[in-house]
Amino acid sequence: MDMFALYNYWVVIFLMMTGFYVVIASGNLVKKIIGLNLFQASVFILYISMGKVSGGAAPILRETVQTYSNPLPHVLILTAIVVGVATTALGLALVVRIKEAYGTTEEDEIHSQDESL
Amino acid sequence: MRDNPVLRVVTKITIPIILLFSLYVQFHGDYGPGGGFQAGVIFAAAFILYALVFGTQAVRIVVSPSILRLLTASGLLLFAGVGTVTMLLGGHYLDYDTLAQNPLLGQHLGIFLVELGVGITVAAVMITVFLAFAGRRD
Amino acid sequence: MTLTQLPALQVILPLIAAPVCLLLRSGRLAWLLSILVSTTALIIAVLLLRLVLENGTISYTYGGWAAPWGIEYRVDIASAFVLAIVAGISTVVLLFSRVGASWEIKSSEQSLFYTAYLLCLTGLLGMTATGDAFNLFVFLEISSLSSYVLIAMGPDRRGLTAAYQYLIMGTIGATFILIAVGLLYMITGTLNMTDLANRLPALAQSRTLRVAFAFLTVGLGLKLALFPLHLWLPNAYTYAPHVVSAFLAATATKVAVYVLLRFMYGVFGSSFAFDSMPLQFILMVLGALAVLSGSTVAVFQHNIKRMLGYSSVAQIGYMILGLSLASVSGLTATLVHLLNHALMKGGLFLAVACMAYQLGSTRLADLAGAGQRMPWTSAAFVVGGLSLIGIPLTAGFISKWMLVVAVLETGWWPLLIVIVAGSLLAVVYIWRVIEMIYFRSAATADGPAQEAHWSLLAPVWLLIAANIYFGIDTQWSVDVAQLAAQLLFGVHA
Repeated sequence: MDMFALYNYWVVIFLMMTGFYVVIASGNLVKKIIGLNLFQASVFILYISMGKVSGGAAPILRETVQTYSNPLPHVLILTAIVVGVATTALGLALVVRIKEAYGTTEEDEIHSQDESL
Repeated sequence: MRDNPVLRVVTKITIPIILLFSLYVQFHGDYGPGGGFQAGVIFAAAFILYALVFGTQAVRIVVSPSILRLLTASGLLLFAGVGTVTMLLGGHYLDYDTLAQNPLLGQHLGIFLVELGVGITVAAVMITVFLAFAGRRD
Repeated sequence: MTLTQLPALQVILPLIAAPVCLLLRSGRLAWLLSILVSTTALIIAVLLLRLVLENGTISYTYGGWAAPWGIEYRVDIASAFVLAIVAGISTVVLLFSRVGASWEIKSSEQSLFYTAYLLCLTGLLGMTATGDAFNLFVFLEISSLSSYVLIAMGPDRRGLTAAYQYLIMGTIGATFILIAVGLLYMITGTLNMTDLANRLPALAQSRTLRVAFAFLTVGLGLKLALFPLHLWLPNAYTYAPHVVSAFLAATATKVAVYVLLRFMYGVFGSSFAFDSMPLQFILMVLGALAVLSGSTVAVFQHNIKRMLGYSSVAQIGYMILGLSLASVSGLTATLVHLLNHALMKGGLFLAVACMAYQLGSTRLADLAGAGQRMPWTSAAFVVGGLSLIGIPLTAGFISKWMLVVAVLETGWWPLLIVIVAGSLLAVVYIWRVIEMIYFRSAATADGPAQEAHWSLLAPVWLLIAANIYFGIDTQWSVDVAQLAAQLLFGVHA
């Protein structure tokens, strides 16, 4: 069955949905950020796996190699990884400040504290 | 963790190796996997290891937050500055061909400087982020 | 540095100024640098607009690599129009924040505030000027990350949770856009927008293309706060510092609307977007729901900034309605409303900021009697509110009129009811504020509140007067928007 020949895309979909579910369904602020990272990791795998040329070597210039994999997705993903790291750092900094201001990192407790205002 | 002799000794042995490796990764981005961001993170990892074992106060003595702020800004200014220099030399922004006599040398020099700027900024930002998080009293 | 370098300078100057601001310790110097850079960006944007109106689209290739291999900046009439709006609003808000930021931001953080502000400006300008899909994602993330920082800088701790919620939703949106760009690259092999526009018609039956289209629409919908993806907006606008609310309300969502119409009309083409995909139906329904629900919820708010936030959701609904009509007149209405709403909301948020500085709160009940004590500020709010409703002689009337003309031309009569209902609801919530300001007396007979300083009033009245100007002389708004819309339509039949 050639569904399983495209197993890399199934991995992408699995990770994407897992990450998305964790972001939506989790009540803890830190877990949401973990879910966001999973979600972004799936996108990285999507880009890298679509950049592979069958029979191609890694895109490093060498004398003996005829075909290379496409280096452009690698560069795009490097940028996206940096963006992901920056987002995670910013999100966690916000969580630290929220913990100091509210005393908790559970979303429902924060809501109840705000509602009582 | 400061009192554990094994951790202390091993850290003191491995930190120079980590720093050297990060410099290798920085300058071999043209010829293998590597480049500014990766090298910056590995460089920062050495400082973070030092902070984990010897405490954040020790790291603040080595590299103070104001130095880190200066390095963050100057890495980005190096990157943007290279682009501005290429504009002043007549090309478009980040047109490395204008930087040296022949285009190949210009491309090498341009990428070298730009990746250096990226590496400096990334290392400084990573250490700043770690010190900002770890330095808070809970 | 000749005129050919202008597209690069537009984005590079704020980008270079941001780390310099980081190095400056003094808030004063950081403000001075920011206002200089923002004014220069405004001059460059106006120059670009004039150049593009005379000579046609400007193309700038980074690094000397020709498109489509290199990153290309394409500035056409629509881009230059939005660049001028963003740079103009940024300059006026910076004029306001000389005094405003020192009221709200801690003095040790002021240079950091201006650094984040300049990075946000860089991101917004870059998003507008770029002609490369991945470069768009990068600048989108630059502007988003810096706006999360700006929102969290306020004194209220709910600004932190608002920034966090915006971060989660905004990152999901940006990742959706990243997926869409990746899928587009997968089927065409190029990231350049003009090259994509050339290659996509041959692939119109591909399922990957449809999935990419869907991801892009949802991702951009999260960024522009399209109903029902608008949940981050009221909290973010309410609890951010007042100057930040003014800046973001007037620019961030507008640029996202511009990117949406750039992709829908310029890359995918209106025939694919509206005939093959049910975009018209979806956008029309969501736009109408946004107008009605945003205006209705705004009526019941007790906090004036939250009310203006829900009103923004409704106004974005108007823009999406214009976009969904798939005609030149609809697109013109959307572009005109981009400008007019930026002027309206910028002026209204800055007026509210003046009141908040003097009265100490943005709750509606605390604004009682402000009309006597702060006559100029209240008058500015009233004029801005009239523009929001769409009274003739104001800019808001022009955009509503253009939208009505477009709706009548394309034959979607039920939307007239939506537009009129939105205006009537706007009357209700604006009247609530006017009643509180003018017809109630203050709780304390003579409190410390007095009229705002002239350096705060001048930017407010600059934007409000621009409202009236663009309501009377529409040469620079409607005519330019019409040319831009025709160009976008002509790019891809």
